[in-house]
Amino acid sequence: MNEESEKEISRRKFFVRLSLGVAGLGAAAAAIPVVSALIAPLLEKKNQQWRTVGKLDDFQTGTTNFVTFINADPKPYAGVTAKSAAWLRRTDQKNFIAFAANCTHLGCPVRWEKEAHLFMCPCHGGVYYADGTVAGGPPPFPLTKYQVRVFNNEVQIKTAPVPITHIGSKSV
Amino acid sequence: MRKTLNKIWNWVDDRTGITENVVPIMKHPVPPKATWAYVFGSAVLFCFILQVITGIALSLLYQPSSKDAYQSLIFITNTAKFGNVLRGIHYYGASAMIILVGIHMIRVYLTASYKFPREMNWISGVILLLCTIFMGFTGQLLRWDSNGVWSSVVAAEQLGRTPFIGKYLARFLLGGDTIGAQSLSRFYSYHVFMVPAMIFIFVGIHLYLVIRNGISEPPKAGRLIDPKTYRVWYKNMLKEKGVPFWPNAAWRDTLFSAIIIICIIGAAVIFGPPALSGKPDPAVLTTSPTPDWYMVPFFALFALMPHKIESVSMLLGPVLTVVILFSIPFISNRGERSPIKRPWAIYGVICVTVFVISLLVVGLKAPWSPHFNTKQLPLSAIKSTNPDSTIVQGVHLFYAKGCEYCHKINRYGGLDGPDLTTIGRRLSIQELKVRIVNGGKNMPAYGGILTKEEMNNIVAFLASQN
Repeated sequence: MNEESEKEISRRKFFVRLSLGVAGLGAAAAAIPVVSALIAPLLEKKNQQWRTVGKLDDFQTGTTNFVTFINADPKPYAGVTAKSAAWLRRTDQKNFIAFAANCTHLGCPVRWEKEAHLFMCPCHGGVYYADGTVAGGPPPFPLTKYQVRVFNNEVQIKTAPVPITHIGSKSV
Repeated sequence: MRKTLNKIWNWVDDRTGITENVVPIMKHPVPPKATWAYVFGSAVLFCFILQVITGIALSLLYQPSSKDAYQSLIFITNTAKFGNVLRGIHYYGASAMIILVGIHMIRVYLTASYKFPREMNWISGVILLLCTIFMGFTGQLLRWDSNGVWSSVVAAEQLGRTPFIGKYLARFLLGGDTIGAQSLSRFYSYHVFMVPAMIFIFVGIHLYLVIRNGISEPPKAGRLIDPKTYRVWYKNMLKEKGVPFWPNAAWRDTLFSAIIIICIIGAAVIFGPPALSGKPDPAVLTTSPTPDWYMVPFFALFALMPHKIESVSMLLGPVLTVVILFSIPFISNRGERSPIKRPWAIYGVICVTVFVISLLVVGLKAPWSPHFNTKQLPLSAIKSTNPDSTIVQGVHLFYAKGCEYCHKINRYGGLDGPDLTTIGRRLSIQELKVRIVNGGKNMPAYGGILTKEEMNNIVAFLASQN
């Protein structure tokens, strides 16, 4: 092999590497905003808000009430999907418990059966007592609770992500 | 005129190479006797094309936004000309695709067509199977009624059981902490762009591999696959006995696919699309989420498996299934192909099919779900012919306290608990009280819920059921 052709080969090698390198750079630059859009939910700042769900006098001691509120960060185009619901139980003059409506088994909406004093899940037959503990069926944990406070004579719930049951998780 | 047309065709043909390149592919030799067992794969392809076309048509009428999608579905179903039929075709097309993918896969497995040299055909097929299931699931979500909303929550919960990253996966799926504005946009992107693109790519690969490796010849007991000699043998066999794919083999594919598509359209016209459940409001809690039929076996499995192993099996089940499917051609890629000589293959297929169909049947019945819409027992349906006030009260309480949601008496009530029509014959008053106070298994303990009088009334009623 003479010197000339060796030079030729190293030139070609250089251009091949250059072209692949520049193409890779271009792909990477385009990928950054694309991947950001894909994983957007993981990049968003987590946000929690206190939401008023009623006046203190709206809830009688010993009752469990259906309340709705708007999620922490509703987009203007969310429509009805901005809403969440919870079961608010007034335990005494000062104290409330707010149960998430999601069954801890697979997240289906539990409903409060007023006469029976039970929460029941339509999906796989999960049942909970009025205090949220499991009464029967597949749920592995008691109903998840939201934080509640009384503020200016109004009852407020702190928004939270959909409660996700995972191995080792416990109710708050 | 004819001359001019001929001239134009010759020019196009010369510049594009259709006769030179495409015709040989259409006419490539295939093994003889590859008959009706071989039509399912192409039927899936034609169903997919039908799905693409009807999907594009639906996208002309659909609003992919969390806020408006439901309204646009009502418009498609009730107002748009043939919108109802269009939705129906897309739904029954999806159903047919899932069934035909299953049959195609069973056929390939039973005739061991995945063996040498077609391992990659199988692997690309498994990827297409997973894409098809994912399309079925996301398609159900795009209906964006209460079922769609709650199905996505259920899916997020399942992903959430993954150790360590579960919470992030759930958040990723929902597009945020909760269902909201981002959720539907993401499902739409998956269902309409990302996964279809994957399907196009892998259908391309799958078909290329069918051409490259040839259609597997119908197996014959005793004719073994030896990777060292198979390719030469196959080539010679085609040379001697091969028939052109078009039209000798392809007419069956065409006919079968056409019949399937006509059946799909017929079902859409006759039965219509699945009804929409309520609006997509996560704050409406009186909804009973029910998945489309092809998701029902999974849903049933979660009701029936022992609750203790649930978290583990929710993760390991799908992972193991996928690993096993991918490894099948590597476990054995040579030797016998005939199902007659592979009885365990037949046994395995029967077991899996019976398992899935049983889950489907029991899942459609969902005996574990409380029957919230059951009516209070009329006095004509109880055993006591002359009930006193305690029994009448008991009948009312049996309904009001939720007993009837799960227990059947006569034709009224749910299926989760034992039928109590003749419970008075089996249990004494004392035994009834013990059961009700303590509950058990899936029954709540009513000790802290019922007053003494309520308990006595219910027991009086149940004791009279003899």
